[in-house]
Amino acid sequence: MSDTLLEVDDLRVTFPTRTGLVQAVRGVSFSLGRERLGIVGESGSGKSQTGRAIMGLTPPQAEVSAKKLAFDGIDLLSISPRQRRALRGNRVAMILQDPKYSLDPVMTIGRQIVETLRTHEKVSKAEARERALAMLQAVQIRDPARVFDLYPHEVSGGMGQRAMIAMMLITGPELMIADEPTSALDVTVQLDVLKILDKLVAERGMGLIFISHDLRLVSSFCDRVVVMYAGKVVEQIKASELRDARHPYTRGLLNCMPRIGFERHPLPVLDRKPEWAA
Amino acid sequence: MTAAISIEGLEVVFDRFRALKGVSLEVKEGESYGLVGESGSGKSTLLRAVTGLAPAASGTIAINGKTLGKNRDKPFYREVQMVFQDPYGSLHPRQTVDRLLQEPLAIHGIADGEKRIERALDEVGLGNGFRFRYAHQLSGGQRQRVAIARALILEPSILLLDEPTSALDASVQAEVLNLLEEVRRRRKLTFLMVSHDLAIITHMCERLMVMQNGEAVETLTASQLIGHRVGADYTRNLLRASEGFVRTA
Repeated sequence: MSDTLLEVDDLRVTFPTRTGLVQAVRGVSFSLGRERLGIVGESGSGKSQTGRAIMGLTPPQAEVSAKKLAFDGIDLLSISPRQRRALRGNRVAMILQDPKYSLDPVMTIGRQIVETLRTHEKVSKAEARERALAMLQAVQIRDPARVFDLYPHEVSGGMGQRAMIAMMLITGPELMIADEPTSALDVTVQLDVLKILDKLVAERGMGLIFISHDLRLVSSFCDRVVVMYAGKVVEQIKASELRDARHPYTRGLLNCMPRIGFERHPLPVLDRKPEWAA
Repeated sequence: MTAAISIEGLEVVFDRFRALKGVSLEVKEGESYGLVGESGSGKSTLLRAVTGLAPAASGTIAINGKTLGKNRDKPFYREVQMVFQDPYGSLHPRQTVDRLLQEPLAIHGIADGEKRIERALDEVGLGNGFRFRYAHQLSGGQRQRVAIARALILEPSILLLDEPTSALDASVQAEVLNLLEEVRRRRKLTFLMVSHDLAIITHMCERLMVMQNGEAVETLTASQLIGHRVGADYTRNLLRASEGFVRTA
């Protein structure tokens, strides 16, 4: 397939610890075109480390190996850090979970967006400012000029997350990795942010990897879902066929959330089986 | 019957910002009452005003018929305890679970600490093996269990819950919600619970108040909400939002 954007084959991320090696990601394989792929799992399932390994943000002490990890035909594991940096933020971008921690607290939002843009493109300061303002407008920030000069602590979580999306989209990346982009936000704001993300991803024809622990949210947003447990993919399924998910873990995740109009006391909880991790 | 919590025209002002604009509510004894709204709606501020963590500018708060003054006394905290949102931030990082649970007992001069700690840990489903661990050696769900144990150890009658599961995974959330329901049933507790998630509130509470911008939008019963019999547009928006992402166009 020519329009494969990302190919991941047998990805492994290993962390050295005092008690020996810990494999956070143990042989994950999938491929991504210009589509929305969800990666779902609990804390510790390796979903974030998978995203970070693709992005090249694995901590230096950890080791990443894979039979194949290629973005647009470029082998990500063999290129130099310099080439990797040129990709990161430019053609591959990542939205992190909490704008409170992932934006630079001592830089105004505008400066951070301009910095991203000017790192990757040769543009004048004035033009960069113009484009940053336009981008802030695109993520539906009502008063871009005011927000441009604000510091991250001066804006709400939803606003901060929109600013982050603006920052990530300004270079026009082809692949976007969103790691729990809305978990720190209110339900209503969550939908606004998702709508913005959805629209921009669709308009620009980006590939999106959406990492989340909320299976229902992911299934309503993505085309395909990869379910991870203990560093492994336990199930890959089309979002529309999630109802027919076979793996007990997927079904458990789908079941354990309270839903309006479905009285269940107590809520079903996951009965974790050791063989899932095998 | 006197209400467990009765709030009349409560105002909270930070500098010039009015975080709560005259909110009134009444929670009956043994009832579970929910507060829903987005960030900045004042729902957490209301809880904090009850515990005395946020200053009340005007209005009255009464617990079990007793009107509270400016300061909270010790008997108040034996009646009312709070569980905070973030179990990563609300447990002392350099104290063991044992030490954390001893603190309230020491403050209130309770003698049978040993037994109470064992019982509290047992009640939240953490065995004695967790007693001498530090917070960083626990998972998020286990930490929140410790926070609940700490709140329960004084045997309060009212529990204030500030988004107790929003920092947890969906699968762990179910476990903690089940635990909360169980202790409420067993101890006949009154809950005042804050969440931005309507599904959690309807699951846990019999009645709820929807808040926006420091004001009450409306008061509903859980069954009204389930039947979508809501009055305000804002609530309808929240309901729609809780149904998940729907692609338009």
